[in-house]
Amino acid sequence: MSRPKAAIDWEAVSFRFVFTALTVLAVIVLVTPTAIVLLTSFTASESLRFPPAGLSLRWYYALLDADQMQRAAWNSLIVALWTTLVCVVFGTAAALGIARTRSMWVRGLDLLFMSPLLLPALAFGFAALVYINRLGFSPSLEFLVIGHVIVCVPYVLRTTIASLTQLDPALFDASESLGASWPMTFRKVTLPLIAPGLIAGAFLAFMASFDNVPVSLFLADARTEMLPIHLWQQIDTNLDVRTAAASGLIVIFTLALMLIAERVAGLTGQMR
Amino acid sequence: MRSSSKPSAVWIDFESRLALPLAALFVAFFVAPLFILIVLSLQPDVATRTFTLKNYIEFFTDPFNYSILWETLLLGLKATVLCLIFAFPIAWICARANVRLQQAILFLVILPILTSVVVRTFSWIVILGRQGIVNQIALGLGIVHEPLRLLYTELGVVIVLAQVQMPLMVLPILTVLSKIDPNLTDASYALGAGEWRTLWRVTLPLSLPGVIAGCILTYTACITAFVTQTLIGGARLIYMPLHIYQQAIGANNWPFAAAIAVVFMLSVLIIIGILGALARRSQTYVQA
Repeated sequence: MSRPKAAIDWEAVSFRFVFTALTVLAVIVLVTPTAIVLLTSFTASESLRFPPAGLSLRWYYALLDADQMQRAAWNSLIVALWTTLVCVVFGTAAALGIARTRSMWVRGLDLLFMSPLLLPALAFGFAALVYINRLGFSPSLEFLVIGHVIVCVPYVLRTTIASLTQLDPALFDASESLGASWPMTFRKVTLPLIAPGLIAGAFLAFMASFDNVPVSLFLADARTEMLPIHLWQQIDTNLDVRTAAASGLIVIFTLALMLIAERVAGLTGQMR
Repeated sequence: MRSSSKPSAVWIDFESRLALPLAALFVAFFVAPLFILIVLSLQPDVATRTFTLKNYIEFFTDPFNYSILWETLLLGLKATVLCLIFAFPIAWICARANVRLQQAILFLVILPILTSVVVRTFSWIVILGRQGIVNQIALGLGIVHEPLRLLYTELGVVIVLAQVQMPLMVLPILTVLSKIDPNLTDASYALGAGEWRTLWRVTLPLSLPGVIAGCILTYTACITAFVTQTLIGGARLIYMPLHIYQQAIGANNWPFAAAIAVVFMLSVLIIIGILGALARRSQTYVQA
C-alpha cells in the first residue's frame, strides 16, 4: 500500500488536525474556569455576570469584614498544616519501608495505603464518624486531622516512593562502606536526594487537605467550620460576590504555591 | 543478591519496619471504621445489636435507591469516556513536545486539580448558567434562540467532571506514551501505515495499561465527586454520595446510610477489579 508522493497525505493532515484541535480545545477548557474566577472576582457590580461590569477590588475589601469566612479559612489552614506534617513524617517512613522491600506483605501494605484514593471518600468520612461515635467520642480537631491524613497520605507516598526507587543502591553501599550509620546516611544521602519528591508530595497533601469536603463534612465538629464547606454552602444557597473574591484569593494562592513547588521541586515532573 | 550478614540487609530489614506506624494508623482509622460501617449496615437500628439484611433488601427492592446507584455508575462512565477523548491527544502531543512545551502543557493540566474543587465548580456555574458565557456566545452567534439549560442537568455534570478530573487521565497515559519505543511507530510508517492506522494498531494497544490506569483514577474520582455533583447537578439530580449524606445527616438513618455506603464501595471495588484485570491482560499483550 504505497501512497502517491505528490498528493496531499490526507490521513496525516486529518490526524494532525484532529489531535491539535482536541488538545487546543482541552487546554482552553482546562484554563478558562480558573481565568474566569479570577476576572469575576474583580467585578465592580453586585452580580456575578461575565464579563464583569467594571473592575474593582471592592469584594476583596469586603472579605476583610467576612468574619465567618476568615475563621473558616483559618481552621482549614491549621488542619491542612497539621495534616501535612503528620503525612510527611508517617509517609516518608512508610515510603522507606515500601520502596526497598519486595516482600508480599509490603506490597499488600502499599495497596492498603493507596486505597483511600480509589474508595469513595464520603463513605470513609461517614465510616469514621460512625466509628468515633461507637468509641464514645465526638468529632474533634484531632480526629479531623487523622481523617485528613488517611485520605492525603497517598500523595506523599506516591511521589516519595517514586523518588526512592530512582536512587542508585550503590549510594547506600558507598555510604555504608565509608562507615556511616543509618541515620547519618538518611540525613546526608537519602533525604537530600528524595527532597523534591517529598516536597511535591507534601504540597499535594496540603492542597488535598485544605480542599477536602467529604471527610470534613462528617468529622468537623459543629464549632469548627472549614473553608471549602463554608464556600460550598454559600454557593448552594446564595451566590454572594464575596464568594467570588474568596475563590479568586484561593486561585492566586494556589498559583503562587504551584509556581514555588515547580521551582523548588519540579512539581510537573514529580507528578508523572 | 547479598548475604544476610552484610549490614545492608539489616538496613533493609529495619527500613521495612518503618512502614509499621502508618500501617497501625491505617488499621485503627481506616480498616476499623470500614469494618464498623459494615457491621452497622447489618443492624436494624443503631441501638439494636441483632443482625439483619433489612437495609440491603430495602435498597435493592426500591427502584428509587437502585436507580441512583445505576445513574451514578453511568455518570462515571460518560464523564470518563469524554475525558479520555480529550486526554489522549493531550498526552500524545505532550509526549512528542519539547521539554518546555511539555512542562507548560502539564502545568495547565495540573492546575485545575490543585485549584479548590469548590472554586472550580463555582466558576463553572458562572460559565454554564442561564446568563453564563456559553449561553451568551451561543445566543450572540445565533446558534440557539433561547438560553440552553446546562446547569442542573446531567450533561453539565458530565462536562464539568471531565474537565475537573482530566489530569488523572492525562498523567498515566503520558507515562506509557513516553515509554513506547519510537522505532515501533517508525516501522509502522515505513510499512505504509498512515497516522490513524498507526494509532489504532500500534500506539493505542501499547498504551492500554496507561489508558486503563487513567480510567480507573478518573472513574473513581468522578462517581465520588460530591461537591461537583451537588453544585452542578442541583437538588434534583441525586447521586450516591449525596444519597449517603442525606440518609446519614438529613434523615439520621445511620444503618441505611451505612448499607448504601457499603453497596457503593463494593460497586467501586468490582469496577476497579474488572478494569484491573483488563489492565493485566493488556500488559501481557504489550510484553508479547
